[in-house]
Amino acid sequence: MKTVIGLEIHVQLLTETKAFCSCSANVFEKAPNTMICPVCTGQPGALPTVNKMMIEYAVRTALALNCEIHRFSRFDRKNYFYPDLPKGYQITQYFYPIATNGCLELDVGKERKKVRIRRLHIEEDAGKLMHEGDAITKAHHTLVDMNRCGVPLIEIVTEPDLTSPREARRFLEKLRSILRYLRVSSGDMEKGALRCDANISVVDEKGFSSNRVEVKNMNSFKFVEKALQFEQNRIIQALKSGSNVEKETRGWDLTSKTTVSMRGKEEESDYRYFPEPDIPPVVISDEYIEKIKESLPELPDQKKDRFTRDYGIPELDAEVLTSTRELADFYEECVKIKPKPKEISNWIMTELLREMKNSESEAVPISPRHLVELIELVEAGSVSIKMAKEMFPEIFATKKMPRQIVEERGLKQVNDKDVIEKIIKQAMEQNPKAVRQYRSGKKGVLGYFVGAVMKQTQGMANPQLVNEIARKLLEG
Amino acid sequence: MFRSLTIEDCLSLNREDLAAESAKEIEKMEPVLKSFITVCKDHEFRSGEFAGIPIAVKDNITTKGVKTTCASKILENYVPPYNATVVEKLLLHGFTVVGKTNLDEFAMGSSTERSAFFPTRNPWDPTRVPGGSSGGSAAAVAGGEVVAALGSDTGGSVRQPASLCGVVGFKPTYGLVSRYGLIAFASSLDQIGPITKSVRDAAILMSVISGKDAMDSTTVDKNIDFLKDMENGISGMKFAVPKEVYDYEQLDSGVAVLFDEALKLAEKLGAKIRKVRIPSMKYAVAVYYVIAPAEASSNLARYDGVKYGLRVEEKGLKDMYKRTRREGFGEEVRRRIMLGTFTLSAAYYEAYFNKAQKVRRVLSSELDSVLTENDAILTPTSPITAFKLGEVKDPLTYYLMDIFTAPANLAGLPAISVPYGFSNDLPVGLQIMSRRFHDAKVLRIARSFEKNSPYNSNGRIRLPVVKA
Repeated sequence: MKTVIGLEIHVQLLTETKAFCSCSANVFEKAPNTMICPVCTGQPGALPTVNKMMIEYAVRTALALNCEIHRFSRFDRKNYFYPDLPKGYQITQYFYPIATNGCLELDVGKERKKVRIRRLHIEEDAGKLMHEGDAITKAHHTLVDMNRCGVPLIEIVTEPDLTSPREARRFLEKLRSILRYLRVSSGDMEKGALRCDANISVVDEKGFSSNRVEVKNMNSFKFVEKALQFEQNRIIQALKSGSNVEKETRGWDLTSKTTVSMRGKEEESDYRYFPEPDIPPVVISDEYIEKIKESLPELPDQKKDRFTRDYGIPELDAEVLTSTRELADFYEECVKIKPKPKEISNWIMTELLREMKNSESEAVPISPRHLVELIELVEAGSVSIKMAKEMFPEIFATKKMPRQIVEERGLKQVNDKDVIEKIIKQAMEQNPKAVRQYRSGKKGVLGYFVGAVMKQTQGMANPQLVNEIARKLLEG
Repeated sequence: MFRSLTIEDCLSLNREDLAAESAKEIEKMEPVLKSFITVCKDHEFRSGEFAGIPIAVKDNITTKGVKTTCASKILENYVPPYNATVVEKLLLHGFTVVGKTNLDEFAMGSSTERSAFFPTRNPWDPTRVPGGSSGGSAAAVAGGEVVAALGSDTGGSVRQPASLCGVVGFKPTYGLVSRYGLIAFASSLDQIGPITKSVRDAAILMSVISGKDAMDSTTVDKNIDFLKDMENGISGMKFAVPKEVYDYEQLDSGVAVLFDEALKLAEKLGAKIRKVRIPSMKYAVAVYYVIAPAEASSNLARYDGVKYGLRVEEKGLKDMYKRTRREGFGEEVRRRIMLGTFTLSAAYYEAYFNKAQKVRRVLSSELDSVLTENDAILTPTSPITAFKLGEVKDPLTYYLMDIFTAPANLAGLPAISVPYGFSNDLPVGLQIMSRRFHDAKVLRIARSFEKNSPYNSNGRIRLPVVKA
């Protein structure tokens, strides 16, 4: 059995304003219907005007995905009725998308696999419906929030090159990482900034292909994988029993952890696409594309290769460190101040990422100085490595500099020879018997004197130094 | 005499009372003409070059805080939250908008009988239609209720009513006047244009309302001086007359006679007349009635009872949509929505919509090639004069009236209708069409006919005497 998966991904762009009007595009969790104007609410007579940033963001993304950028593209209308679509049509690019024929490389096991991208086009988002009561079928009435109307999206359609639910998830994670590197989208699936529909079918050993099922409503990476796993099993079961699945659209249902039928083939709509007469074609020049190409940041794969090469760190380290642009920048800043690439990597991979995960933080809240200072304190012997690790959560949470915490907590190691000598001499006077035992060859008694120092200094004395001084005094 | 005043006349008058005079005329004439859907009561006297000059605006152009209905039940109580760009420009130049004029519902029609509210009457004979769809604007200007008006022209909706009411109606090059705030009928064809009592007034209004608008990306940046060569005549110009005009069986004989007279006058004024063939012209109406309804079916999808306008409550979304749109739209609008929905459907897109787009390009290039060799193309504006209310019932007969006007919209060309004589005491219009952005030339040619027409006195068009 061979699984065939293709994805259709909608990406919300982080432009300042909406696709076709000057309303702010930052509408997340804003009070309903406060981020709107005559254009995005489809008032009679209002007309769309193209947001130039949106075109630029689409071209950036298309370049990063190795697409062919089209010098001529055009907007079209997709016509259908729904209350979240105030104009009765969505402005999209159907006949002439801005980019086609791209690919994204995915590491699968030891090999790098190419997932082809069929097309990338620009379109506008629709509004949101709020059903009074939970279920749409039981709602007495429904409210419309038009804030999201006209927020710019790009739709990315892959070829059916993915062969497992796991791969589909990996593809999405990689795509998100690229989108974030490009700073074109937040890529948050949970917030709807990245949305994914999948087409899945299974081909059996005899080469017979099942019907294709479209799966929707998967609003996290985990659910994409889970829903596709469920669907894959459902199709395989059907094939094994000699039947087939319906060609239909199904949705991931959170409560039952299954997919449920949304609509069948016979309900497929005719969207009556035709060229949008209100917007002239988008014509871009080679110079424009070149300029954007030059402004592209180093992408995750390139950065990863460079990290292993330039810093001599293992591939796994490089992969983790380049998972976000912020983390990679943080790492490089640290290494720049303190050229200890592997040691810094270890700190980030263990302590920093753990704290970030625990606090569900996506940004790195501390500065490179924090980490470098901590490492230097250990190097100088001012704190032990164990102590440094204990301190890390506090540094992370409070953003206090390590030295400050050491001082506040009185954590500083006692390195003062005179202090240590004084304590040991005192102990020797109080316990001459132990001194004699040591001198007669019972070297184990040393521990008693070391313990005495640790007790007096509340464990703050530098153990190496204590050992050294104790031995010297006892051997007299 | 307020009723015959042009914008130019007003410039030398004390204009403080003009709006009040207009209001008085409206009050007197409205029972007969019914030009207005909404008459504005409180007018602010604004400063500016044209301060206080009363003007009417077709009721498919948005006016902030003033009902804009498109003569449709579905927008009967719609109050726009914004002004159309042209309205902003009128106000900025001091004009006083005294009211919103009647039209065929959503500008779909040629008689203003298809207003959901009431038909408008022709000031020359109130038993007849004023033409359409800008019939309210044409009647208000011809009937002397206002000094000038704005209309919109998708297939002849400014020129045809201007012709039937004996006034000047100008459709500018597509892209010269912002459509922001013009409630869309067919976006690739719609253009706002002036309806006036003189060609010079049309030019004056063009200099006020035209120009690139950031809110309409189909507008262009062209600095045209509409008045500069206005009085320079037509001596040495070459005019093309399509032989197809004479092939047209429904051409009224009185219209034909006057058209030939106009051509002779042109020759007398030093122009050359050349008969040409424009083979695709005979398809213009067919192409128009594929493209316009297709765009309309999409443009009118927003009237769904959800956000504004009429909503007929029903259980369930689909039934609410259906009843709202069935009750909110009139028969002609529903017919065109159905036509357009059909021609855009996946199965027929190639056969109808796409083919129509191709023929549109062929027609465009045929017109272009005639216009590279000639200064203008002359035709009658309308094949017939104003007909009686209720006289034309068959929709196809209606559609065919656009035969001479639709080509300018399909090709985006500037075209004007200027009065030229009377057939059975009803006005006849001459249409002048030229190349894209040669709007000033169109106006100049029209001015020459206006100045020299034997039916005018001292270069001023005749206006009707309406019995109120």
